Amino acid sequence: MIALVALLQPLAVALGAPLVLGLTRQVRARLEGRVGAGVGQPWRDLRKLAGKQRVRPTGTTVVFLAAPVLLVGTTLAAAVIIPLVGVSPLDRAGDLFAVVGLLLTGTVALTLAGLDTGTAFGGMGASREVTIAALVEPSILMAVYALSLPVHSTSLAAIVTAVSADPGRVATPAAVLAAVALGVVVLAETGRLPVDNPATHLELTMVHEAMVLEYAGPPLALLEWAAAMRLTVLLGLLANLFLPVGLATAVTGAPSVAALLVGLAAVAAKVSVLAVVLAAGEVALAKLRLFRVPELLAGSFVLGMLAVTASYFLITPTG
Amino acid sequence: MSETSYVTVLDLAAGGLLLSAVLVVWRRDLAALVRLLSWQGVALAAIPVTLGAHLHDAALLGVGVGVGVLRAVVIPRVVARLLLHEGSPRETEPVLNTVSGLLAVAVLTALAYATSRSLVALDPTPATHAIPLALAVVLIGILVLVTRRRALSQVVGLLLLDNGIAAVAFLATAGVPLVVELGASLDVLLAVLVLQLLGDRMRISFGGTDLGELRELHE
Repeated sequence: MIALVALLQPLAVALGAPLVLGLTRQVRARLEGRVGAGVGQPWRDLRKLAGKQRVRPTGTTVVFLAAPVLLVGTTLAAAVIIPLVGVSPLDRAGDLFAVVGLLLTGTVALTLAGLDTGTAFGGMGASREVTIAALVEPSILMAVYALSLPVHSTSLAAIVTAVSADPGRVATPAAVLAAVALGVVVLAETGRLPVDNPATHLELTMVHEAMVLEYAGPPLALLEWAAAMRLTVLLGLLANLFLPVGLATAVTGAPSVAALLVGLAAVAAKVSVLAVVLAAGEVALAKLRLFRVPELLAGSFVLGMLAVTASYFLITPTG
Repeated sequence: MSETSYVTVLDLAAGGLLLSAVLVVWRRDLAALVRLLSWQGVALAAIPVTLGAHLHDAALLGVGVGVGVLRAVVIPRVVARLLLHEGSPRETEPVLNTVSGLLAVAVLTALAYATSRSLVALDPTPATHAIPLALAVVLIGILVLVTRRRALSQVVGLLLLDNGIAAVAFLATAGVPLVVELGASLDVLLAVLVLQLLGDRMRISFGGTDLGELRELHE
């Protein structure tokens, strides 16, 4: 039965991700006084793009063709490993570091594709993306380190199981600081405001959009789909690391179909709430100048670092 | 209050103290600095209140409430009056840019932990375990004092320093005598009032409170 988790999670992420994206767009539209296109619009967009003719810019190589597939593949692989619905049986395949590495592989594939097109925008977007990724990595590592210290393991299953066994762990300064640091990092990784504006096509500001500018038709559909899945996976991970309510774990006994359904509903609810909060927050934010982004990420790094020091030194008697 | 929740609340208060100090280094908006100062006052007051509730010490509770009123409400209001006539609401380019400032904060925190290890080892209780955090706030206060240029940010830096010292006192001694705490608090209030007057005079005489421009004589 536990093997079902490994099947269910990528399936749920694949099907639900465009809806999460649609939800953020819809909330944003309503808050701005527009009617909005509806939650299902990203799915309709994907269907439309998938039915279009394949166009490949002249001079591009296999790197350009492989990037969308790699991006989707790495994101789905991450969705198999991380505990979203329940603790995955494939958890031993990779810890939190491995998940970060998987997602970074996708990012690198996309930047290489941006360079492969040989256009000015592709190169510019790739350069910006790599800059941001290089600054994001130290803060992710710090936050992960802070989370793994109390459990003495970087395994996601161990961290999540420990927190669900003792919810009081979340109220420590270390966990709060790590949560804020990871939150900022998730914003940067998924290209949301204030790091990147997902709705812009302005030359001066776009990062992710600049890299995928040359894509059209089915490959573009894959890229958009992968971006939505990344957002969903990272929001789900953030929610479950700090609030693993309803997660089907070994603690609650052998997971039955009912436990899996509860887990699915719980993760869907948590991701939806986070998506609504994200969209509502974005309405009030403007994009940071690219030169100010390092400040934001340095702040996130310092919070991660403080989380590590706090979990080292505030080891308090329990009981 | 049970032992676990006492430790949790105390740790969160100390963590909040440090977090607000880090955010002071991060932000350049002067109005935000005043709000952060107010939040830090709340976190600082939470320490004696928690200790008082744990030790069943009414005097400590009273001190906590007094500290809270003074540092979360009165002092931020006095400081905010400096803002009233301030021309631009943002810090001019600080001596140290924000990224280096934040990295310096990380180093200072590590330094505070390293230096106070032996202090904690003397009497390892939950309260003394939080001393490094308070010491880090003291160091960050000094950092803000030496790297900021506007008078208001420097006053905020001084208050960070003082909040840190007060927090160390509460955590290390589990209750300063009421008279001592009263004296120290009034001292701070008086210093802030004087600094506020000084800031106003400076603005009237020189048209701004950018201390970087006061280094050399002007015609």
